[in-house]
Amino acid sequence: MTGLLITLGKILAVFTVTMLTVAYLTLLERKVCAYIQLRKGPNRVGPWGLFQPIADGLKFVFKEDFVPAGANRALHAVAPVLAMAPALTTCAVIPFGSTLPMFGGEVNMIIADLSIGVLFVFAIGSLSVYGLITGGWASNNKYALFGALRAGAQMISYEITLGLAIIPIIMATGSLRLSDIVAYQGAHPWFMIVQPLGFLLFVVASFAETNRLPFDIPEAEPELVAGYHTEYSSMKFAGFYMGEYAAMITAAALIVTLFCGGYHLPWLENLNFFKEHATLLGLLHIGTFLAKMGICLFGFIWVRWSLPRFRYDQLMKLGWKVLLPLGLINILIYGLFTLKDSI
Amino acid sequence: MKVKRNDKLSLREKLYLPAIFQGLGITFRNMFRKDVVLSYPEERWELPEGYRGIPRLVMGDDNIEKCVACKLCESVCPSKAISIVIGEFRDQDMRERVPAEFQIDIGRCINCGYCMEACPKEAIVMSDLYEVATVRREDMIFDKERLLGDYERYSVDMRCAGK
Repeated sequence: MTGLLITLGKILAVFTVTMLTVAYLTLLERKVCAYIQLRKGPNRVGPWGLFQPIADGLKFVFKEDFVPAGANRALHAVAPVLAMAPALTTCAVIPFGSTLPMFGGEVNMIIADLSIGVLFVFAIGSLSVYGLITGGWASNNKYALFGALRAGAQMISYEITLGLAIIPIIMATGSLRLSDIVAYQGAHPWFMIVQPLGFLLFVVASFAETNRLPFDIPEAEPELVAGYHTEYSSMKFAGFYMGEYAAMITAAALIVTLFCGGYHLPWLENLNFFKEHATLLGLLHIGTFLAKMGICLFGFIWVRWSLPRFRYDQLMKLGWKVLLPLGLINILIYGLFTLKDSI
Repeated sequence: MKVKRNDKLSLREKLYLPAIFQGLGITFRNMFRKDVVLSYPEERWELPEGYRGIPRLVMGDDNIEKCVACKLCESVCPSKAISIVIGEFRDQDMRERVPAEFQIDIGRCINCGYCMEACPKEAIVMSDLYEVATVRREDMIFDKERLLGDYERYSVDMRCAGK
């Protein structure tokens, strides 16, 4: 019974933190964009614009929910949910901290410690494209459909690179369990340092997976109005929007977990002080994980406001002719190194 | 048109990454530069010398408007914003003509300053006022009293007039 309650508590905590982060990412995005462009950004709602996400949310709730003529009403309504749910689901297998002593025992800071965590993330994560395709198709709009097609093509192309980039990690740790991968990085140098090429491939593919600039061709405002969500308004549009940001959070969490040592903070966590205070160590781990994720998310936003969008053919060329071979070479190189070590 | 492209890229250029990091560096540095925003209602623009706002009439030393209702400004006005009705007035200077009515439709005025240039008496000048937004069209027609009055006060009045 306590086990169930603890799990429910963890789900609640992760869900709340994720949704709050989604809300405040929109503010951070606008602020970073404004500072890069020498503007002030939102500063009217609350101090430093801090209540802007709440105002935006209220606005979305009260806006007219418009469904275009000839649209498939049911699919039109389901699509935003399909886009948002996978990103939130994948949060379940991310270890966001080590353990906290609570209720007379040690509580793992992970909702579901699956033995196939990596596979689960990839399987569920790529489902979000169904939301985009459904939304684009159900809108009965040529631009929306184009956006959906592009989203599908992009997802297929970059999913492969994403998968190839983490194979050396699985080769090193010998486990698909995300907490094992994090534990491995606690004892060895981070994969970011050992496998810079894999890290680069994974980050680039993550940008494409989350449909962020420079790979946001499914939206591509100058060409496709707004891509797959052209015909969406009100909370349905907000659903897509939140889905995009939730996917960003998941991607950042994955980058941290797989390449940047997860919740580990080198040297500091090995101090004798933390050996005596287990609670503080647990909190330090959670704080470290959140801080690393924050840096990653800032990186996502920073890149968005620095780089121009790729053209569709350039995107495909980059995905299939550059990133895919590089991913294979990366596996080969790492395989040779492992072979050398074993002989 | 034949577009000239540099097809022979160096290895550094082919890699993209150096250029991307260079760009990221520029945007990162930009984040700490001072913004160029003027938070309008709180901060205001410092008007340059010779700024042409809405025209206004000038009062003479004898507390009579300088205007002698010659109608030069009315005829030179390209947007036909000015309308004058001639009135008579006799005093010790034997000045005969004064404007009985002097209206400028600010909704038509294009702030060109021709009226000021045409005026032989320097009776009409360009003011600093540029905030004339209102919700009623009638508020855009400035009569003689308004044109002679304190413009700062009027701009505030006008903002209240619509409510």
